[in-house]
Amino acid sequence: MKICVLVKEVPDAAVEKRIDPSTGRMDRSGEKNLNPYDTHAIEAAMQIKEGGAVPVEEIVAVTMGPDSAVRALHKAVSLGADRSVHLSDPAVAGSDVAATGYALAKTLQRESPDLVLLGQQSDDGECYTIGAVVAEHLGMPSLTQVIKMDVESDALRCERQAEYGYDTVQIKLPAVISVGDAINEPRYPSLKAIMGAKKKPLDAITAADAEIDASKVGGENSAAQWIAAKAPPAKAAGEIIEDEDTGETVEKIIAWLDERKLI
Amino acid sequence: MDFTEPQDSRAIRDAVRALCERFPGEYWRGLEPDRYPSEFVAALTDQGWLAALIPEEHGGSGLPLATASVILEEICASGANAGACHAQMYTMGTLLRHGSEAQKRSYLPRIAAGELRLQAFAVTEPGAGSDTTQITTRAERTADGYVVNGQKIWTSRAEHSDLMVLLARTTPIEQLEKRTGGLSVFLLDMRDRGAELTISPIKTMMNHATTEVFFEDLELPAEALIGEEGEGFGYILDGMNAERILIAAECIGDCRFFLDRAVAYANERVVFGRPIGANQGVQFPLARAHMAMSAADLVRWKAAWLYDQGLPAGAEANMAKYLASEASWEAANAALDTHGGFGFAQEYDIERKFRETRLYKTAPVNNNLVQAYVGQHVLGLPRSY
Ligand SMILES: Cc1cc2nc3c(=O)[nH]c(=O)nc-3n(C[C@H](O)[C@H](O)[C@H](O)COP(=O)(O)OP(=O)(O)OC[C@H]3O[C@@H](n4cnc5c(N)ncnc54)[C@H](O)[C@@H]3O)c2cc1C
Ligand SMILES: Cc1cc2nc3c(=O)[nH]c(=O)nc-3n(C[C@H](O)[C@H](O)[C@H](O)COP(=O)(O)OP(=O)(O)OC[C@H]3O[C@@H](n4cnc5c(N)ncnc54)[C@H](O)[C@@H]3O)c2cc1C
Repeated sequence: MKICVLVKEVPDAAVEKRIDPSTGRMDRSGEKNLNPYDTHAIEAAMQIKEGGAVPVEEIVAVTMGPDSAVRALHKAVSLGADRSVHLSDPAVAGSDVAATGYALAKTLQRESPDLVLLGQQSDDGECYTIGAVVAEHLGMPSLTQVIKMDVESDALRCERQAEYGYDTVQIKLPAVISVGDAINEPRYPSLKAIMGAKKKPLDAITAADAEIDASKVGGENSAAQWIAAKAPPAKAAGEIIEDEDTGETVEKIIAWLDERKLI
Repeated sequence: MDFTEPQDSRAIRDAVRALCERFPGEYWRGLEPDRYPSEFVAALTDQGWLAALIPEEHGGSGLPLATASVILEEICASGANAGACHAQMYTMGTLLRHGSEAQKRSYLPRIAAGELRLQAFAVTEPGAGSDTTQITTRAERTADGYVVNGQKIWTSRAEHSDLMVLLARTTPIEQLEKRTGGLSVFLLDMRDRGAELTISPIKTMMNHATTEVFFEDLELPAEALIGEEGEGFGYILDGMNAERILIAAECIGDCRFFLDRAVAYANERVVFGRPIGANQGVQFPLARAHMAMSAADLVRWKAAWLYDQGLPAGAEANMAKYLASEASWEAANAALDTHGGFGFAQEYDIERKFRETRLYKTAPVNNNLVQAYVGQHVLGLPRSY
């Protein structure tokens, strides 16, 4: 089995997110890191490999992003991927979700994976949609919010988090699965793995290499266009109820909710 | 001059930080007053962090000292205590630079794999503190090795180490022309020893697993000698530069811990209707500590760079240790003051780190002696020691 894991470089969690008013895009100039949600996807791939139910020949980390995204790939490799692919081209800069999904699907086609794993969301764009877009282009079935995965020869048995409880779904391979962050506790890299990551193969490719139709990608060619951004409204000051007597506190909370016709 | 942090360092910081998150304040408080953080040290060993300076050919990662220092810095910045295990890195220089190929082949891979621990460094003696040339622990030549008699004090982690780097006298002081001669370094295997080796813990104000060690006709094979007989003092001095730089990095980590905590608290705690951090009496000591840390950190990087280039690093290494330990003590006091009464409550970890960071003004070399060194060796003033 060959597993491709989609990974994205995002602004570090400690950096406050902001829209750059001159471009209408997120300001991605500060410290960056591997999207934390993607570490769960890599861990899920590692657990399939180490679980031994099926032999896994290779785990390949794939990203689309600027030069700096190499660091996200190194981190992905330090967490267990065997090698990585970096799609970087001015032509794809500024792509919206549909265009990003198309470009990633074309990149994945070169690899012919049996399984594509990705995080449930990116920590910056937070669209939760790349999985579905990629699956559509690849003509593969797709599941989201998967929090348990068992390999059964040419199929996967997955549990996905639903609004009420869990769905158990059998899905045929090849497939695209976006994993929820409850699926596992990602490992952290050892020093050896960090130092070794730079020595693993990294395949840098252009849009032409991936046979991407340039008229379908990039900011200009994206269907979604940014018009204006507004800062979220400031949160109203909350009301703090000191918990002196729990019975009384509950009464107060109920009265508060009742007053607002919430119960 | 390029001040951007190398990518390796950033990746290392992230990973060490992630590991340390599994050992929060509760863990360290639970160990007080004197339990050794075995689980923490095992996790660090497992992930290869304590083998950072061991060359790749011997199973380690062969990091330059500058990059390795980031590991200890990040441990301290997380609120953990690097004192529990830093010596595996300090002692490495002596073995790497002066050990024989056979010694390296026989020990380094096992240390890197975590099968053996080398984190005890026995120099100080009750009768010879800062003046190392006065040590009296004697290693006397026999037909097939040495016999050691004497006593060491403040040999930290001896109970949690398999091997010890030992400085002992091989030529009696009265037979010497130069007082820095006659000392030799040994790699002592402490496993399976009987009454010839006694280790007794010393209770101290912080949890540091330090001990007194007594040698009574302890036999050492000839192969235990590191480098040449009589050259030990020079070897130890050489290793001390690495130690000073690593200590400086730990103190920088401590500074970051104190400042992170104090700034968060000063922004949050409201007294007289405003956050206490708005008061200059609270804000300025934190600002000064930050400036002291920033200045010390630059000297630390310069010292590490010199060391990694193989250039003389004595002055910078000592200055980095001095500046960083003074800065962390300043930050510790500012953090304690910022927290008011709560700084004294164990739950906040400020008082624990306050005790831990205080050590570095005294050990591994007293800051007075650093000043004496700079006065004499850098400025050319008369000697006091
Ligand atoms: C007009 C416009 C311009 C934009 N310009 C840019 C830009 O210049 N740079 C930019 O980064 N974003 C840009 N975006 C945002 C970009 O479209 C989305 O970030 C991207 O489509 C992915 O969506 P998401 O990050 O919300 O992914 P989600 O669907 O929330 O992410 C799910 C998972 O998809 C995978 N994934 C997402 N993106 C990538 C990727 N690039 N490579 C590999 N795997 C990935 C990850 O595994 C992730 O966990 C732009 C959006 C618009 C509307
Ligand atoms: C917790 C702890 C752990 C330690 N771990 C180790 C270890 O693992 N291995 C090891 O070998 N040692 C270790 N040490 C020992 C440490 O390095 C010594 O304590 C230190 O070098 C000072 O020696 P001393 O205590 O004998 O002080 P002394 O040398 O007796 O000095 C006492 C005071 O006099 C001052 N003084 C002396 N001479 C002068 C001078 N010429 N000018 C100005 N001031 C002077 C000193 O600065 C100091 O303030 C440890 C110590 C402690 C407390």
